[in-house]
Amino acid sequence: MNVILIAVLVLGLIGLASAVILFVVSHKFAVHEDPRIAQVGEVLPQANCGGCGYPGCSGFAAACVKAADEGSLEGKLCPVGGQPVMEQVASILGMSVELGAPKVAVVRCNGTCENRPRLAQFDGAKSCRVQQMTGMGETGCGYGCLGCGDCVSKCQFDALQMNPETGLPEVNEEKCTACGACSKACPRGIIEIRLKGPKGRRVVVLCNNKDKGAIANKACKASCIGCGKCVKTCEKFEAITLENNLAYIDAEKCKMCRKCEEACPKGAIHGFNFPPKKEKPATAEQQVEQNV
Amino acid sequence: MKTFKIGGVHPAENKLSASSPIREAALPKQAIFSMFQHIGAPAKPVVQKGDEVKVGTLLAEAGGFVSAPIHSSVSGKVTKVDVALDASGTRRTAIYVDVVGDEWEESIDRSSTLIELSDRPDLDSKTIVEKIKNAGIVGMGGATFPCHVKLSPPPGSKAECVIINAVECEPYLTADHRLMLEHPEEILVGLQLIMKAVDVKKGYIGIENNKPDAIALMTEKAKGYEGIEVVPLKVKYPQGGEKQLIDAVIGRQVPAPPAIPINVGAVVQNVGTAFAIYQAVMKNKPLIDRIITVTGKSVKQPSNLLARLGTPFQQLIDECGGLPEDTGKIIGGGPMMGKALLNLDIPMTKGSSGLLIMNDMEARRVEPQPCIRCAKCVSACPMGLEPYLLSKMSAKEDWEGAEKNDVVSCIECGSCQFTCPSNRPLLDMIRVGKSTVMGIIRSRAAK
Repeated sequence: MNVILIAVLVLGLIGLASAVILFVVSHKFAVHEDPRIAQVGEVLPQANCGGCGYPGCSGFAAACVKAADEGSLEGKLCPVGGQPVMEQVASILGMSVELGAPKVAVVRCNGTCENRPRLAQFDGAKSCRVQQMTGMGETGCGYGCLGCGDCVSKCQFDALQMNPETGLPEVNEEKCTACGACSKACPRGIIEIRLKGPKGRRVVVLCNNKDKGAIANKACKASCIGCGKCVKTCEKFEAITLENNLAYIDAEKCKMCRKCEEACPKGAIHGFNFPPKKEKPATAEQQVEQNV
Repeated sequence: MKTFKIGGVHPAENKLSASSPIREAALPKQAIFSMFQHIGAPAKPVVQKGDEVKVGTLLAEAGGFVSAPIHSSVSGKVTKVDVALDASGTRRTAIYVDVVGDEWEESIDRSSTLIELSDRPDLDSKTIVEKIKNAGIVGMGGATFPCHVKLSPPPGSKAECVIINAVECEPYLTADHRLMLEHPEEILVGLQLIMKAVDVKKGYIGIENNKPDAIALMTEKAKGYEGIEVVPLKVKYPQGGEKQLIDAVIGRQVPAPPAIPINVGAVVQNVGTAFAIYQAVMKNKPLIDRIITVTGKSVKQPSNLLARLGTPFQQLIDECGGLPEDTGKIIGGGPMMGKALLNLDIPMTKGSSGLLIMNDMEARRVEPQPCIRCAKCVSACPMGLEPYLLSKMSAKEDWEGAEKNDVVSCIECGSCQFTCPSNRPLLDMIRVGKSTVMGIIRSRAAK
């Protein structure tokens, strides 16, 4: 009987002492996390894609709370959630939020199987990064899409698909969140995160080839040869620059007049989501040309 | 018989051209000289369009200390300085020369009389290294590391011996083998010159014992040269790797990078380099030609050609009976470490040791299967790495893990991929990891 009593007493005392220690320690070393971080985290998509530039959603939530304490949420954007999520975040933090224009991934290569003949066959590990290490790859273009789909496998939103007919990745604009994972995965830097434009309309040079005109021309039917005709048509707005034999259209300056598209002798400039053009009656000059 | 201790494989040797004597290839109509024929800074062109050049005229000067000048291998007129596709698969700066006649610079001694080291008592270590540097000599085994850099040991390190790499462990290639059979004395004098340049008394020539005729001949000839010893080695790939050869010949292990062979007292040079050094120092001939093996199971006439640098590969293949119909892949170099070429207009460079034409069946890659964890790659790796792990880490972009597991030590010999029963593209992925990790290390060092 005595033994049992002693055991109960001893264990009870140990338990009591431990409880006191635990209580003291938990108060002394408590980590105070701002409860708002968890609240913000809850409204975020939890895709942990890193598109916001922070390590995962919790990192972004912490950054938002810190920014709110400093007075402004400017520059903080979850590209996946977009406007609705950022509004929720702002209401939790008692702030207002102004969003930049939405963006979308654009594959700046139009080197389809038809436009860009395959000169060699790559049979190594099916990865763009591996193929890039062999140099030019399968075609005569050292800048275009390699076609192994590293970008597709990196997309968490099912917004990229390889088109087997063209051999190029295609962006589903509805699903694309502009997180930029594909852009980082592409060893040739073809994919650009670009302003989506009003009604999704935008004009883009679909080429990344920085070779001299003659080489670029030979490599692909739809390559930019750096002739500069588009730059001339856009003298008024100065939206197009030519660097390293490659034209680039500044999306913020572009007025969507699409004159450059007509001027490009190689058809490297593409307008997205424009309504189909109406046939204009032929001018007198064109009629003469046709007759000749 | 001696060999290196860790790993290694033994691929089928296929030395088809071993009995075919070296013959001179015809001059090309147009020669193209890439400015990237060596590791290090690219050479800087010093000629312009329209300049007349002779054989041996300087075309481009070295772009830094770790770099090498480039000389014309033909006489004629410079047509342009432009870009050209090279064996790396990219377009890079190159000088085009249209060939007219075959006029040599007068300073070059074209006679075949042997000049012994004792005939030239005026040569000292500095002059030899200077001459090698000006002749644009690089490692001729394929790595193309500028030769004079290896012969100028960093302060604090002292060479103890020179090892000549005559292993030629790559299957198919026989260029070094033929060179030893046809020019043994020149190689030995070349070795003496290297020994004098780094001031050592001991020289070794490591030869695998699948070349018994070369071992016998070199041993016989070496008797007349003090301090030179021929070391027969057991056949095992990659014995021609610098670190493996040092282990095999003198039994010392080079630690992981940034350590280099000189840290264990060894200077390793290829047998082709020794021959080029002889020609540069004794005959004043810059590096303008080399021996290249053109071979393959379907090639009509597998040969060893003495060809001028800048000759398009197409012409070399034509000299050996043309391109076979069943060609699947054309490899610049040997089958283990060589690189598939994009087309045949690519010109040969200082590092072109072979041109291998694989037929359709040989060239085909087998569909990879899942890793079965047999660890064959681990036991094959001559650097003691874990290829399956490094390849996985590269695929998963775990660069930190790859760095911890020493991916930068990989010598890209391909033993792991060769031995994998699941045909996994191990080296493909490891190469990506290695180059990425090296980039990370470089950017960290720059900070």
